[in-house]
Amino acid sequence: MNSAEQAPRTLFEKIWRRHAIQVREDGQTLLYVDSHFLQDGSAPAFELLRQRGLEPRVPHRSFATPDHYIPTNGRDLASIADPEKRAMAEALRRDSAAAGIAFFGLDDPRQGIVHVVAPEQGLSQPGMLIVCGDSHTSTHGALGALAFGIGTTEVAHVLATQTLWQRKPRTMRVLLEGQLPAGVSAKDIILAIIAKIGAAGATGHVIEYAGPALAALSMEARLTICNMSIEAGGRAGMMAPDATTFAYLQGRPFAPRGEQWNQAVERWRRLTSDPDATFDKEVALNVSDMAPMVTWGNSPEDAVAVTARVPDPAIAPSAERRDAMLRALRYMGLEPGMALTELKIDRAFIGSCTNGRLEDLESAAAVARGRRVAQGVEAWVVPGSTPVKREAEARGLDRVFKEAGFQWREAGCSMCLGTNGDLVAPGQRCASSTNRNFVGRQGPGSRTHLMSPAMVAAAAVSGRLADVRQLLEGR
Amino acid sequence: MERFNSLRAVALPIAQPNFDTDQILPARFLQKPRAQNFGEFLFRDLRQRRDGTENPDFVLNKPAYRAARIVLAEANFGCGSSREHAVWALYDYGIRAVIAPSMGDIFVSNAAKNGLLTIALPETVVAGMMEAVLAEPGLQMEVDLEAQSVTVKGARYGFEIDPYRKRCLLSGLDELGYTLTQLDKIEAFERDYR
Repeated sequence: MNSAEQAPRTLFEKIWRRHAIQVREDGQTLLYVDSHFLQDGSAPAFELLRQRGLEPRVPHRSFATPDHYIPTNGRDLASIADPEKRAMAEALRRDSAAAGIAFFGLDDPRQGIVHVVAPEQGLSQPGMLIVCGDSHTSTHGALGALAFGIGTTEVAHVLATQTLWQRKPRTMRVLLEGQLPAGVSAKDIILAIIAKIGAAGATGHVIEYAGPALAALSMEARLTICNMSIEAGGRAGMMAPDATTFAYLQGRPFAPRGEQWNQAVERWRRLTSDPDATFDKEVALNVSDMAPMVTWGNSPEDAVAVTARVPDPAIAPSAERRDAMLRALRYMGLEPGMALTELKIDRAFIGSCTNGRLEDLESAAAVARGRRVAQGVEAWVVPGSTPVKREAEARGLDRVFKEAGFQWREAGCSMCLGTNGDLVAPGQRCASSTNRNFVGRQGPGSRTHLMSPAMVAAAAVSGRLADVRQLLEGR
Repeated sequence: MERFNSLRAVALPIAQPNFDTDQILPARFLQKPRAQNFGEFLFRDLRQRRDGTENPDFVLNKPAYRAARIVLAEANFGCGSSREHAVWALYDYGIRAVIAPSMGDIFVSNAAKNGLLTIALPETVVAGMMEAVLAEPGLQMEVDLEAQSVTVKGARYGFEIDPYRKRCLLSGLDELGYTLTQLDKIEAFERDYR
């Protein structure tokens, strides 16, 4: 054994090494892909394969579910008015069937947003290398996997070879210390991290989240944090698996069973960064004094406590930053110094791969219960998956939302990016539990404020951005 | 993939940081087939007003920049969504090189697979170039991949590039074709893999 093999390793390095097939002369590594997730944006990748006369090489390692183009007001593909969008959803069914790829369609009780479905079905497991043609693939790292988003050409490469060339990224550890106060959630943590390190703060790096505040979080909360790693520029986000991870996975349809389960857990327990392992960058965040966060601008890094005021470009650290702030304030229809809680909203959206899981809906329902959506606000709840929807209904959450005046819809990506036509109208202000507040993200001219699902519910019933902690008092 | 060697062309200044792929190619065009000319949709919501008329204030609509084949941008260009369509839109419009202090990882990877050269240069160097391009609309820049250099107004700056990526761009080589020659190694790996 040489010294390199004895050197302490990070979780990332352990998974990377296990999947390395060969290293090219330029230093890029050919990696083996354990699981490849497909959504209904995959048609151009299958088309690339057909053009070359190739077929998916290991179809049992791919799993497909439509989420981007499907309606959320019903389950009928024929109701998609735009023939090109309808064709995208239909192509996924056809291409999956032709290749023998597992497909969870609109009539399948397992359907949903791919990043909600895969953990839910036990498809995302510790130690796996997972890719998907979607940037929020970083979500699956919460289970101790190395998971990252890829483009169309890479999707075709993975389908054709079950491998991918990658240059080894650098590593960053984000240490979460302290204890999360009431009314503050995983979404607030990740927004605070992005605000601290910037939207390019982790570019070229894989983030490993660690620390006591992380250990205390549920699996669903951890998925939210890893999900938005990409909004800090991270190639991936990951977390060492622990008892919470194993308890979450046990008994899920694709998780190992019986003796295989015991062996798997034995193996997974070793998936931690060695005590002496070093990271290229280290960041620490104490969550104890955190407040609920909201974004005011057009980058997820523009996140501040809900108790704050709209920042003044005059105090920007550079001319470039001042210009960017002025541009964002103009687009968002804001004036420096306004209290964020003064901002009236037109739309409220609870859902997405970031915050469309059961715990998210429960936290929002706890705020909405016995209250009414404010006049003039259109509020939606779009569960992240059909199983989330069914379970929420079994717990009566649908009634809570409907009685409060929210629309209770079918699972899909919906208004996070509006590819299915679920859009925020030009000039409308939307409180949203999604991941991107980019210019035009929720529709041309849309004004998005990112926040936790409980904060969206608070905004919906208040008619303006609101501090959820005040609405939770006495509850 | 088309070969890239050198280029002398007008540089388009995108003078803002965090210019995401939603800005480059809005999501509502993602369902279009690749045969579509995505250049039509490049920067669509900046190039056009909501009523469909051209926005004369957007830099690409200014006569001096219309023939641009190089994008000069601020930090974190191409962040956000993994949509390869953002690269297709730039490429189909005629853009062959993007120069910025930093870019989104997935964007860089997608660019490499479509013949779009991405060049990362220090922030201060890009700031200087930006100043020059803004001061003189239509200013041409020269990109030489073989020599790994960018030249603006006689000043020459070297850049780093992954040797394999360079070779792919210079020869128009495609990665999948190469990987398919390595199938025996992949199969050997799979035999021992659980």
